[in-house]
Amino acid sequence: MAGSDRLRDHEHEGRLFRRRAAVAALGGALLVAALVARLFFLQYISYGHYTTLSNDNRVRIEATAPTRGLIRDRNGTILAENLPSFSLQLVPERVDDLDDTLKRLHKLVDFDEQDVERLRDAWTRARPFEGVPLRFRLTPNEVARVSVNRNRFPGVDIVAGLTRHYPFGRTASHALGYVGRIDDDDLDRLDSSDYRATTHVGKLGIEYEYESLLHGHPGFRRVEVNVQGRVLRVLDEQPPKPGHDLELTLDLDLQRTAERLLGDQDGAVVALDPRNGQVLALASTPTFDPNLFVNGIGRKAYAKLRDSPHRPLFNRAIRGQYPPGSTIKPFVALNGLDSGEQKRDDTIKCRGYYRLDGSGRVYRDWKAHGRVDLAAAITQSCDVMFYDLALRLGIDRLSSFLRRFGFGQPTGIDIPGERPGLVPDPEWKERTRGEPWYKGETLIHGIGQGYLTVTPMQLATAVSMIANHGRPVRPHLLRDASGDEDVPQANRKPVVPKLRMDHPSDWQYVIDAMIGVTRGKHGTARAIHWHSPHIIAGKTGTAQVFSLHGGQYDADEVAADLRDHALFIAFAPADAPRIAVAVVVENGGSGSHAAAPVAQKLIDAWLGPKALPGEVQEASR
Amino acid sequence: MSDRPLGLASQSNVSPLARLLIALRLDPPLVFGIALVCAVGVMVLYSAGGRSMELLLQHGLRLAVGLGVMLLAAQIPPRNLRLWTPWIYTAGLALLVWVLVAGQVSGGAQRWIDLGFVTFQPSEAMKIAVPMMVAWYLGDRSLPPSIWRVLVALLLIAVPSVLVAREPDLGTALLIGSAGAFALFLAGMGWRLIGTLLIAAAASVPVLWHIMRDYQRRRVLTFLDPESDPLGAGYHIIQSKIAIGSGGLYGKGWLNGTQSHLDFLPERSTDFIFAVFGEEFGLFGGVLLLALYVFVIGRALYIAGQAQDSYGRLLAGSLALTFFVYVFVNIGMVTGLLPVVGVPLPLVSYGGTSMVTLLCAFGIIMSIRSHKRLLAL
Repeated sequence: MAGSDRLRDHEHEGRLFRRRAAVAALGGALLVAALVARLFFLQYISYGHYTTLSNDNRVRIEATAPTRGLIRDRNGTILAENLPSFSLQLVPERVDDLDDTLKRLHKLVDFDEQDVERLRDAWTRARPFEGVPLRFRLTPNEVARVSVNRNRFPGVDIVAGLTRHYPFGRTASHALGYVGRIDDDDLDRLDSSDYRATTHVGKLGIEYEYESLLHGHPGFRRVEVNVQGRVLRVLDEQPPKPGHDLELTLDLDLQRTAERLLGDQDGAVVALDPRNGQVLALASTPTFDPNLFVNGIGRKAYAKLRDSPHRPLFNRAIRGQYPPGSTIKPFVALNGLDSGEQKRDDTIKCRGYYRLDGSGRVYRDWKAHGRVDLAAAITQSCDVMFYDLALRLGIDRLSSFLRRFGFGQPTGIDIPGERPGLVPDPEWKERTRGEPWYKGETLIHGIGQGYLTVTPMQLATAVSMIANHGRPVRPHLLRDASGDEDVPQANRKPVVPKLRMDHPSDWQYVIDAMIGVTRGKHGTARAIHWHSPHIIAGKTGTAQVFSLHGGQYDADEVAADLRDHALFIAFAPADAPRIAVAVVVENGGSGSHAAAPVAQKLIDAWLGPKALPGEVQEASR
Repeated sequence: MSDRPLGLASQSNVSPLARLLIALRLDPPLVFGIALVCAVGVMVLYSAGGRSMELLLQHGLRLAVGLGVMLLAAQIPPRNLRLWTPWIYTAGLALLVWVLVAGQVSGGAQRWIDLGFVTFQPSEAMKIAVPMMVAWYLGDRSLPPSIWRVLVALLLIAVPSVLVAREPDLGTALLIGSAGAFALFLAGMGWRLIGTLLIAAAASVPVLWHIMRDYQRRRVLTFLDPESDPLGAGYHIIQSKIAIGSGGLYGKGWLNGTQSHLDFLPERSTDFIFAVFGEEFGLFGGVLLLALYVFVIGRALYIAGQAQDSYGRLLAGSLALTFFVYVFVNIGMVTGLLPVVGVPLPLVSYGGTSMVTLLCAFGIIMSIRSHKRLLAL
């Protein structure tokens, strides 16, 4: 084919080609250089940056939840524990269609709208590839059903964990409180890094108060994950630090006794060790099962608890504010003696009523006691004596003295929600009601009526002060925490200073009068004496709920919820007190009938059915 | 004028293996380079595929088929090839049209033809047929070509390129277009014309933008700013840059790439296999692999320079340069220099047709080397 048309200069064409090829090779070399430069930039200059990104990709730090500390009573009986359980969790990144998944899942597992609502809330907050719980405490059947169908539910996992359990259910629930699912409010309050893996937090009672001790600290696992977020292997691991076990001052047996004694009445019992303020029993009836709250109580069940007229969720022992009634009399008596307004020998003639000078208004006593001295007035609960004494003391002196027993402010017990009660004075009345103080109000103040309100916890703390001859205590529930030397001892400081009397023997005078209440011939709670071997110093109280407007009180004619509250305060043995008790039975009628026997039986349960050695059996007064 | 394996066969200082290769009309240095690249490919693929023997067997099978085709192509004298060129080109074009029509019936991107015993992409064959056609057309007359001949050649290139681009397969269209363009360039088309065409091309960018499919536009946009869509279109580039960058100077070691083994890297066996390589072998590995490619391309260009006629020169040269485009576009895209277009890493990526096409091209280059006519001057 050579030289077919015109002669071609092959040599020239070859040179032309080689020139062009050289240009191409040069261009190619430049481009290769660009690639090498690019690689150099990525792999040398930006190496650190991309290494970090690569590790971020593959390594995830997962928090592991600490085991919550156990709660025991003073004898080591477990009141709150952790039981193994299975929960159902969904991983947002791996669930394509949430609605559809939930719809299909509902055929296998029972959950309600509230569970779904909570899931959707947490859905947006979840960290990448972190499971969001839908249901806790799956039944074995549910676990089996979901496990068998797992392939149909990508992103749905069954996760083994621990769930809080209160083995004694309703018992002591007002003291223990409960844990519940962490909600938005909790998130604001808690250190979120400490709670990364935690699903539950203390909501009430001891569980709330000592959350920081009970919770512990989370551990961490560095895990290698693939692009689906599935954990392939654990690179290293720091185990969580479990929470501290708590030992409470409560005695489970005494607690159960207290709740049993209250029975189906609404009321509260507080039993303290007056020597140190340890709470031996803290009962508020009706009570509730804290286990219901752990994994979210259903709307219906909650509404039932909330709307019950007996208010089972209301902790009467620290939140119930009651007029103390006659239980205030020993304190008023001490004020009289301390101020010198009342001598031990001074007597008054009680005709069964008291006429206030000037106004001419008549204040009734529950009966005519005849001539009584201060001790007899306590023993027999004579109102006239205390009307008179209160008037002589005046409202300012009386109120400030009562405050020295801790009335009118929280006792500082180590569970949340305590109420302060109210010790009124003219300034308070002016401020809150814009009205002046009336003398008649001072008068009824002397028998614990009117604006004066106290909590059962305050009564128990105050009566402990009498038992201690003025030494105050701070009630508390926590006795010890495992492995921790910093049990908040600061919380043990009483909120009021020691109360000193000019004549220390006045303490014994009042205590003797209180012994007379249970042992004296005219003692309002003398029925106790027939049953108890112990020398109990006590005082009955009956707080009016319903104003009688001068009419005669007849329990049978007054509706149950308007009946008087029955109160009783006591401590025993009187000469070396080991237990102080305050009992309030709402609408129970009279203190001597409804409240005193509760206190007596509780004291007997604590001290035993026999008199203690050295317990002096005094002659009846 | 007898066609016999030419070169060093008669010399005595060559190894028996080289002598065997020469007897088979193969070029020992080129075979050596190709074999090394293929070996690297097998190694990386073993890692990228999660040590799947099945994948490796598939790859090996295709490699074997490709080598067979290469051997076969090396036996065809360029003279015959030149005679068949117009027919091959026309047939390829017809198949392209047929694919487009059939594709329209079935919808979506249709590139395959099922021949019953084997499926194949006509667009792949065009990667060779187009430079062959241009070389045939231009090599017929004395070079440099006249402007009219250049325009005709441009048409020969543009028709199949546009057809393939409409499949749509931008990567292959690019390769076909550049293969033809290289033949034109090597034939000595005037610089002024090249400049004019480049300006025209730049001016047509907005027009191109208008013609482009949505996903193609998205690719370009993602290339310009990968972070704008980190979980969508930008995901490939971001993850592949992380893989390569975290490889560092020496790499994480063979089979130790975390990005690839933990599934973060998509398409790691095919188009993005260089990311696996970069992660596991680092900058040194990357430069070494580039050097291997440069050696192969350089040898092919050398062979082209030694070819006796324009057809052989232009064909071998443009095939060599096309091979370079593969390398540059693939590595450029995996490292984030270029937009993501579907161009495999030659001889390394998993995927049958491109492997066979490439080895066929090398077979043709070797045939050009081995079928030298002894000119009686």
